[in-house]
Amino acid sequence: MSKTYADLLREGRALVPELLPDQAAARAAEGALLLDVREPHEWDAGHVPGAVHVPLGRLEAYIGFAAPDTARPVMVYCATGVRSLAGARTLQLLGYQDVASVAGGLELWRAQGLPVEAPARLTPAQQQRYSRHLLIPEVGIRGQARLLESKVLFIGAGGLGSSGLLYLAAAGVGTIGIVDFDVVDASNLQRQVVHNLERLGQPKIASAAAAIGALNPDVRVIGHEAMLTDDNVDELIAGYDVIIDGTDTFETRYTLNDAAVRARIPVVHASVFRFEGQLTTFVPFEGPCYRCLYPTPPPPELAPGCSVAGVLGVVPGTMGLLQATEALKLLLGIGETYVGRLVIYDALDGTFQELSLRRDPACPACGTDAEARMATTATNGAQLAARARSAQVSA
Amino acid sequence: MSTVRIPPVLRAQTGDLKAVEVDGATVGAVLQALVERFPGLREQLLGPDGDLHRFVNVYINDQDVRYLDALATPVAPSDTITVLPAMAGGA
Repeated sequence: MSKTYADLLREGRALVPELLPDQAAARAAEGALLLDVREPHEWDAGHVPGAVHVPLGRLEAYIGFAAPDTARPVMVYCATGVRSLAGARTLQLLGYQDVASVAGGLELWRAQGLPVEAPARLTPAQQQRYSRHLLIPEVGIRGQARLLESKVLFIGAGGLGSSGLLYLAAAGVGTIGIVDFDVVDASNLQRQVVHNLERLGQPKIASAAAAIGALNPDVRVIGHEAMLTDDNVDELIAGYDVIIDGTDTFETRYTLNDAAVRARIPVVHASVFRFEGQLTTFVPFEGPCYRCLYPTPPPPELAPGCSVAGVLGVVPGTMGLLQATEALKLLLGIGETYVGRLVIYDALDGTFQELSLRRDPACPACGTDAEARMATTATNGAQLAARARSAQVSA
Repeated sequence: MSTVRIPPVLRAQTGDLKAVEVDGATVGAVLQALVERFPGLREQLLGPDGDLHRFVNVYINDQDVRYLDALATPVAPSDTITVLPAMAGGA
């Protein structure tokens, strides 16, 4: 006589012990493995943090990779606790010694208020576009989703900004802000590869937005056609996760530094001169700031800019890419950044020299006194950030 | 003789030399010998009081001399001294 579905369930329950979700969670905390046997689309919609996923139909073939130790206890779950019985029974037959099925499945798990992790979702087009990132464990789907939610502000869409703008857009940084008041000039095209002949005379923010739009429609570009000044800097930088400093005057660099320290936003700093570039990362209160490094600016005659001294076009490209790399590391929270280290790239020698930088306890921007003063004004900063976010205009 | 690395903005004063070998037992003595050999560097590195300008950093190997003994920091012949004025160029 053939068996009914109800018969099969009854038999499964007789052979496989069942645990309530909170009991399974307790066993998992003691080292048991949580095994999700649902279909991939169900897993993608949400699953137990730390669980391992092997769909029921592939259990025999793949469980050996996911759980090589048959002595380790395994708690099997599905949506409602039915498929997990079958999965647990299969594991028993494969020699797993301590197997249980989670009664009520993820439905009851949620109802008991236990944690469920909804993994990041990417569209099929995004999965294809970012496939090389998804293959790297340090990025993966979670890191890519984080990049898509991230906001990076470029101060300057010139030589340093060009390569970084293109690569961060390609990497899928979801919001890219650009502060620049210049227009594209023929003399820019020797190095500013984000612009082109067709856009000569256009504002650089519009030209850069066009290049980014043609490269990656996932990216929202926010243009600020303005010169960074003490009056507008707090509003311009509010809400960004990382700032890329590609400015070319000392005044702007100090203005940016002081505001970024106040807003506690990391600044990836670079500058170039002929065949050389310098780069470091300032993370407020974790390492030195620009004022710790250079407390005062030099007189103009001792610090000519690129328009006077010239620059080999590839050098700002190289330094801009190093800035973009730093930004990605900061956004993803991976690797060792250049906080507290300054690197000098000499293109002619083909060398990178590294110097150690320190926080200056007497720094007027980030020193001991400034830090104490800032702790009391933190609330004001948060209000300002909220106001600036609502005032941003899309370019 | 220790080696002093000359940054690109100051090379006009050293006849385009990138690195100069200079004698001196302290950072101050090395810089003094340097500006005697290249007088055009004096105004760019040192103030009227003989102290380093605040916009010029000097490193012995990879350490900022401001956090060592400043100009009194001892120098060994094998040390490399790097002069690093602020640069602003964003190109």
